[in-house]
Amino acid sequence: MSNNEQTLRFCSSAIMMRIKTPKNGRVRRELEKRAPKLVETGKKTLILQGTKTSGTLNGVLSEIYHLKKGGAVRFTRKNDNIRPFESGGEASLEFFSLKTDCSLFVYGSHSKKRPNNLVIGRMYDHHVYDLVEVGVENFKSIESFNYDKKMAPRVGSKPFIAFVGEGFENVDELKHLKEVLLDLLRGEVVENINLAGVDRAYVCTAISLNKVYLTHCALRLKKSGTVVPRMELVEVGPSMDLVVRRHRLPNEGLRKEAMRTAKDQPKKKVKNVSSDAIEGTIGKIYIPDQKVGDVALPNKAKGVKRERREAKKKEANERASKKQREESE
Amino acid sequence: MAMETESQKAFHVDVGNLLAFNPFHSFPSLPASRDELVKECLHEGTKLVQAVADSLFNLPSSEDVDGPLVKLPPPTTKLPREKHLPKPKPPTKWEEFAKKKGIQKRKKDKVVWDEQTGTWKRRFGYDRVNDDKDIPIIEAKMTDEPGVDPFAKRQDEKKKRVEKQEKNRLQNLKQAAKIGALPSHVQLAATALPITGTQAPPKKVTKDELGNVAGMAATSTASGGKFDRKLPGEKPAKKQGKHRKFLPVVEGSGIGSREKEQTESVLNKLISKHSHEILNVGKAVTMYNVKKEKKARNKRNQEGKFSSATNKLKPKKLLQKKTGKKGPVSSKKGKAK
Repeated sequence: MSNNEQTLRFCSSAIMMRIKTPKNGRVRRELEKRAPKLVETGKKTLILQGTKTSGTLNGVLSEIYHLKKGGAVRFTRKNDNIRPFESGGEASLEFFSLKTDCSLFVYGSHSKKRPNNLVIGRMYDHHVYDLVEVGVENFKSIESFNYDKKMAPRVGSKPFIAFVGEGFENVDELKHLKEVLLDLLRGEVVENINLAGVDRAYVCTAISLNKVYLTHCALRLKKSGTVVPRMELVEVGPSMDLVVRRHRLPNEGLRKEAMRTAKDQPKKKVKNVSSDAIEGTIGKIYIPDQKVGDVALPNKAKGVKRERREAKKKEANERASKKQREESE
Repeated sequence: MAMETESQKAFHVDVGNLLAFNPFHSFPSLPASRDELVKECLHEGTKLVQAVADSLFNLPSSEDVDGPLVKLPPPTTKLPREKHLPKPKPPTKWEEFAKKKGIQKRKKDKVVWDEQTGTWKRRFGYDRVNDDKDIPIIEAKMTDEPGVDPFAKRQDEKKKRVEKQEKNRLQNLKQAAKIGALPSHVQLAATALPITGTQAPPKKVTKDELGNVAGMAATSTASGGKFDRKLPGEKPAKKQGKHRKFLPVVEGSGIGSREKEQTESVLNKLISKHSHEILNVGKAVTMYNVKKEKKARNKRNQEGKFSSATNKLKPKKLLQKKTGKKGPVSSKKGKAK
C-alpha cells in the first residue's frame, strides 16, 4: 500500500474523497499514540488562564505544572473567549484539547466575584465531560517550605493519595471533587512499581462542607521491624485550601458511555503456542538443521582421549598377540 | 497499629491507584490555629498512607537492578475514559466474499522463482517477477486489431486494474468511516464539492488571476486600496492608486486652476486656433497617395480617356476637404469672439 496521497474520481458518488495517509513514520507513530485504545494510559493536562489572573493564581498554575511535568501542557497567554460553564464558551477549550491531546484541563481566572478561581475539567472524546470550580485560599508555594532538599520527590514518581473526611462521602460536590482530584493527581496507571521509588503523597482533608485542604508531601521510609517501613510525611510542595463553588456533573448517558470498559481480551498472542482440548497447551519448537560434520571439535575432546586409550590398548593387544605368536613360535 | 478499633480501621484502600480513603473522620470543631489543622491533617494522612504501604509492601516482589519490583493489582476505583472504545474494523468486501466462499489466506513468499532469467526475484518492487518492461516480444493473435500497440494496451489494463483497486479501497474505508472504525493513520478528505447535473466542475483560479482580481477590487475603493486590511503574505497590487483622477468640487480660481485649463484645452481642440497642430499630415499624405494610385489604375484600365492634364486640374482636393469643415466653423466662432 502506498503512503502517498491519492485522488480519485467517482462516477456514482457525488462527493470526491481523497485518502490521506502520513508520508512520515514519525507522524504515523504520533497519530497512533493519539488514537483511542482499549486500555488507556495516562491523561495529559492542559493548564491555561483566562482574562485576568492574580499572583497567587499564577503560582498555583505553575506549581501544578511542575507537579505534572511529564504529562502537562502550559499555555501562558490569556484566553478571553473561554467560559467553561457557559454553553458557547467551551469551543476554544475543545479545540485546544483536540490539538494537544489533553483530556484534563485546569483553567485559572480571577475576578471580583470569584477570586482565585480554578476550573478543573475532564474531557471525553475532546468534548467537555464534567467540571468542578474551586477557589484557592491560603496558598503556600513550594519555596515557602523548609525541608531537607535530598528528600524532595523526583519528577514523575507515582504518588500515594489520601482522602480524609466524611464530607467526601456525603456531600455531592466533594464526592465529585474527589473523583476529579484523583484523576488529576494520579499519573499513569502502571503494572509494576519500584518500591524504592515511592516518595510522594497527596493528602486531601475535608475541613468543612465545602472546603478541602490539599497538600503535597514527601515520604520518608523509616526502618521498622517488619518488611513494611514506617511512613513519615513531610510537607514539601504547595498546599492550598480549595473552596468548592460550582460543579457540573456529566449527563447520565455520557457517563455510562465513558465508564464502559472492554472485557479483558487475550491481548498478546504468544507465537508458536496453541491449546488443545485433549492435549492441553502445545508449543512448537523450530530447530535448525544440525550440521554434525562441520562442528569444530574442542581441544580436549573426550573422544580423542578415548581414541588414544583404545589405540594404546590395541597396541598392547598387538604386542601381546605378537608375543604370544613369538612364544608359540 | 493493631490497637485500632474496627470502625477506624475500615479505610477504603485501592492499591492499584495507591489510594486510601477514610470516610469516618470529621472535624467536630475547626482547630484554632492553622498549624494545628495542618498537623491533624498530616497525622490522618500518615495513617492512610501507612495502610496503603502495608498492602503494597506485602505484595510479592521480584528483585531488580534499582530495587524491588512489585506487580500492582489493577485499580478498583473506576474512572471515566478519555476517549471512546475503539470499534473493530468491519470486514472489507473481499473479506466477506472470501468468508462466504471459504477461501483461505495463503502466506506469500517474498521471493519468487523467475523462469525467464532463472533467478529468484522479488514478488513486487524494484527488480520484480513478471514486470511489464521485461517482455521482449508479444505474439499477435487473430483477435488483435492492427494498429493497436499491445505494450501500451498492457500498461493501460494495468492502470485500470490499479484504479479499480484504489476505488475499492476507498469504498472500504468509507464504509469503515461510516461506523466510526477508521484506522488511526488514515484520513478521508473531501476534494471538491459535489457535481450536480450539467454543471461543469469549478475552474481552478491561478495565482496570477487572484492577484489581478484583488488589485481590481482595490482600485474600486475611494482610496485606491491603500488602507485595506491585507492578509499575511499578500503582495501590494501591481497598478497602485486610482486610475481616474477627478477634479475637486470646489477650487480657487487662480492662474493654475485646473478646471479652467481642462476646458481651455478642450475648446482649443474644437475651435482650432492652431489648426495645423490638429491636422495629421502623414495620414493626409497617405490618403492622397492612395487616391492617386487608384485614379492611375482606372486610367490605365479605361485606356487613356483621361489625360494627365485632367489630373492636374484636381489638385489637393483632400486638403481642402479637411480644412473645409473647420473653415466655416472657425470663421463663425471668430465673429462670436
